[in-house]
Amino acid sequence: MMLRTAILALGLLMTPLAQADKGSLYQELGEYEGISKLMETFILEIAEDDRIIHHFENVDIDRFHKMLTEHICELSAGPCEYTGKPMPEVHLGMNITRAEFNALVEDLIQAMESEQIPVSAQNRLLAILAAMHKEVIHL
Amino acid sequence: MSLSRMLVKSFTLTIAVIASGPAAADFGKLLATGGLTSVEGSGGGGLVPWATLSSYAEEGQWGGTVAYNYANVEDYELGVSALTLNYDNRWEFSYARQQFDLVSLGGELKQDIYGVKYHLYGDLVYGQEPQLSIGLQHKRNKTFALPEAVGARDDSGTDVYFSAAKAWLDGPWHRTWLVNLTLRATKANEMGLLGFGGDRNDSYKLQAEASVGMFVNRHWIVGVEYRQKPSNLSFAEEHDWHDVFIGWFPNKRVAVALAYTNLKSIAGADNQTGMYGSIQVTF
Repeated sequence: MMLRTAILALGLLMTPLAQADKGSLYQELGEYEGISKLMETFILEIAEDDRIIHHFENVDIDRFHKMLTEHICELSAGPCEYTGKPMPEVHLGMNITRAEFNALVEDLIQAMESEQIPVSAQNRLLAILAAMHKEVIHL
Repeated sequence: MSLSRMLVKSFTLTIAVIASGPAAADFGKLLATGGLTSVEGSGGGGLVPWATLSSYAEEGQWGGTVAYNYANVEDYELGVSALTLNYDNRWEFSYARQQFDLVSLGGELKQDIYGVKYHLYGDLVYGQEPQLSIGLQHKRNKTFALPEAVGARDDSGTDVYFSAAKAWLDGPWHRTWLVNLTLRATKANEMGLLGFGGDRNDSYKLQAEASVGMFVNRHWIVGVEYRQKPSNLSFAEEHDWHDVFIGWFPNKRVAVALAYTNLKSIAGADNQTGMYGSIQVTF
């Protein structure tokens, strides 16, 4: 009986999985416009994050937004070309800690939640970005 | 004893943590990566210690947890109060107090477990390599009359384990998956509650343990666990354990798990199935 309830609960929790995989990540993020909006929300999250805001003090916000949008567009296989500097060069000398990198990831997750991006697309994007951790941390 | 006692305990824990104020750790790790507190006090799942370290302490940070676990199966109840400390996401120290009530037979078994875990290599989330940790659990029986009567050789023992854990952010169905494998060298009978070593075998045995879970979203995980156990006592066959669990991480302060557990036959009493609950507060 208990087991049956557990299995039933598991089944209910997994129902959203049925609609998981559809289209390219670029499409799931809402194409260029969606990504641009997401990056705007992301920057607003960063701006309110005391853990990492000091790293962004002299950043040109408009350019930062454009570069982020281009980069995510390219990484999600959209029709863009990232025109900014290579990631290690951008972060050189910033000495970003693991905790700060995680804080950035949390801000992005928060932004994706706000923009109602499905968990499946969130995970696809996070996996791509997580692979770049060595180009950001402790440089 | 039961749910009400568990609720009272959890409530007390929560108050204690809130009272300790906001001057706490920096919670530098990602949500859920501190895992839960296992039945032996080490950071892990329910039955299995994981390679992950408890709390949200990252490099250079301190963190800790307090937890209460409770299992209620056919003829027995297990209550575990535990606390852990983590420094640098490198060292984990834990203390657990287990009380095992023999509901049908009458009586109780108690032991204390002192644990230390060292994060050797790799990272749970980032990179290709798994996170590898090595740990010790030193267990001391506080009640040895029954274990001795059924053939246990020692009232204390030390388990040594090696764990590997990996999270796949984008696993099957684009969900985040967690896998942990643990190899343990142990002489413990029923985790040590029935002493260490026995008339049938009095040497260390290597046992395999595993947990697999899938995060449905950021806050909910469903999974299964398996734990192999030695059988050192001839008076009753000892069996492997398993469970099916649901974990909830509403925020970095609190974690809750509920499991349906199958402990099979313990000390000759069969069909030990039932529920397991765990609540953890992080500071």
